[in-house]
Amino acid sequence: MKKPLTLFEKIWNDHVIMDMGQNTYLIHIDRNFQHELAGATSLNGIDKAGRKIRNVDLAFAVMDHVLDTHPGRGDETPIPGGTGFVREFRQRTQAHGIRLFDIDDPWQGISHVIAPELGIVLPGCTYVCGDSHTCTVGGVGALAWGIGSTDVEHVFATQTLIQTKPKNMRVIFNGKLGNEVYAKDMILYLIAMVGAAGGIEHAVEFAGPAIRSLPVDGRLTICNMAVEFSTRTGIIEPDDITIDYFCGRPFAPKGELWEKAVVYWRTLQSDPGAQFDKEVVIDCDDIEPQVTWGTSPEYSIAVNGHVPDPSDVIDYHRRLTMERAISYTGLEPGTPINEVQIDAVFIGSCTNARLSDLREAARILKGHRIALGMRAVCSPGSYETKRRAESEGIDRVFREAGFEWRESGCSMCMSGGAGGEGFSPGQHVLSTTNRNFEDRQGRGVRSHLASPVTVAASAITGHITDPRKIGE
Amino acid sequence: MEKFTKITGIAAPLMRRNIDTDAIIPGKELIKVEKTGYGDGLFGQWRYIDGNRKENPDFMLNRPPYRDAVILLADANFGCGSSREAAVWALTGFGIRCVIAPSFAAIFFNNCFKNSLLPVILQDSQVHELARQVEESDGRGLVTVDLEKCQVIGPEKQIYPFTVNDIYREMLLQGLDPIDATLRYESKIAAFQEKDKINRPWIYQY
Repeated sequence: MKKPLTLFEKIWNDHVIMDMGQNTYLIHIDRNFQHELAGATSLNGIDKAGRKIRNVDLAFAVMDHVLDTHPGRGDETPIPGGTGFVREFRQRTQAHGIRLFDIDDPWQGISHVIAPELGIVLPGCTYVCGDSHTCTVGGVGALAWGIGSTDVEHVFATQTLIQTKPKNMRVIFNGKLGNEVYAKDMILYLIAMVGAAGGIEHAVEFAGPAIRSLPVDGRLTICNMAVEFSTRTGIIEPDDITIDYFCGRPFAPKGELWEKAVVYWRTLQSDPGAQFDKEVVIDCDDIEPQVTWGTSPEYSIAVNGHVPDPSDVIDYHRRLTMERAISYTGLEPGTPINEVQIDAVFIGSCTNARLSDLREAARILKGHRIALGMRAVCSPGSYETKRRAESEGIDRVFREAGFEWRESGCSMCMSGGAGGEGFSPGQHVLSTTNRNFEDRQGRGVRSHLASPVTVAASAITGHITDPRKIGE
Repeated sequence: MEKFTKITGIAAPLMRRNIDTDAIIPGKELIKVEKTGYGDGLFGQWRYIDGNRKENPDFMLNRPPYRDAVILLADANFGCGSSREAAVWALTGFGIRCVIAPSFAAIFFNNCFKNSLLPVILQDSQVHELARQVEESDGRGLVTVDLEKCQVIGPEKQIYPFTVNDIYREMLLQGLDPIDATLRYESKIAAFQEKDKINRPWIYQY
């Protein structure tokens, strides 16, 4: 009998060019999608070394990281030095003939949002980008991970990477999600449970009935944050929902190729009896809307919970790290988190700026105004997402509530930390993004992570708020 | 790539968990296409009091003898977060050649080997023991990292063996360029694609 394989192992095996020994393999890369920040450095390296791009048809490029998101934007960006980057990347991608989704391209957007939206990433393919959140697209059953600039050069030059094979971990989400509990709450809950290093050296498959009932958007949110517990990647088996999603996408296969691809995609699931090195089981009935209080995604609690007390932590080094987080965020241990006043909110990023995210937030915002003095920004994940949201009147709901309705890009998840447009020191910002690290959204900014509905609810009240309380 | 065989020098203990790459090199330092010139930005938000690079005297790497550190000791999950390779270039730019921690985040770990920065994994208790010994000597107790023998020698001369993937180890010992090394396998890559175009044609035609 054939050894039962995990989903990860099946895709991995189909991409092995060579077993180099020592659990190390030469792996074929099917899609190499680069943005201007890592990509410009890599293309500079390629050009300096006089190397050629081996498979230019398997490479794609987009502008997303340093762009301005104000309406009517051009190459000028608030990030110091960013404009030069935009122009250099454009020039270098053009010189190599790489398909670029430029600022004015109707398909521009955040790379991890547009890759599935356009059908550039597909189930069962290997996919890399010079960005840690590349694992997002594991949500459609791709084997995807972020890499550094030198590895990007390696892929440009060889269409391969040398990789050690990670171990297998599975997280099973049983039960059903409660009212106003979303994919973001599931993943924050998991990270709080296993810790920010809980997936180290593992490729993680997310499985179980609660995953299967998620739409593609939610699956992408889950896998987006796989890197936030230091996994090698996250992946979800492709099913009917995934296959329906790709049908008719611009870069997805058509006709006979589509038929052939679907037959292959149907084989992509973990076999019964496949061995996992680590397994975690979660009952979704236990998950409440989540919010983070500290400077790591592992510092997540229920929205009606309390800021923990570091002195309760026995391990000395864990306690030190926690005390530092408490001191950075300026919160008192024991404070109910829903009493924390917020100065600004952001709905956007590769985590939570897809159409369903905007729809859910708009449902909460409809007929409300944001709190006095609150700054509220929404940046849809792509032009396509923005167009579709506008056709449903979602932009009007956001604007009438007092939100700025922006163009797409990494925006306030990245810009503030890069010295561009951000929030002010000491401000508490509730954000649909994936990182609450020190200074991530601007020097001294205290970022709290939550789902789009929790962010929308809190924008209305001015403090961190349980979304189930709005409309009561 | 610069070779790595053996180093002896000052080790700086920065014993925090989950030190992310945003902390190692802040986003605002990233806006250049070169791979050098990041050393001054290392731990920028912790190391400097303001945007003019006024040093924070309390930050360890601003104090002697740690200013001259060649080894960094850190707690678990070092290098988590963003894939920015500039985190590695900032460490090497400052003069760090080796980071010793109980665990590393994968992207950072991989990036190290492409830049002759050696990430050494020791047990939790061993890293903390090393840190304690370094602190007790006010940083003057030197640490040796020997990649040929795969061992760390602490200030009190105790030996901590470590393991490292042989393929990566060879690359560091010989200073091999990883792209040149892979290009030797071009015929294997071509053969793979030839077959793959039949098995999975939709990957190559769209």
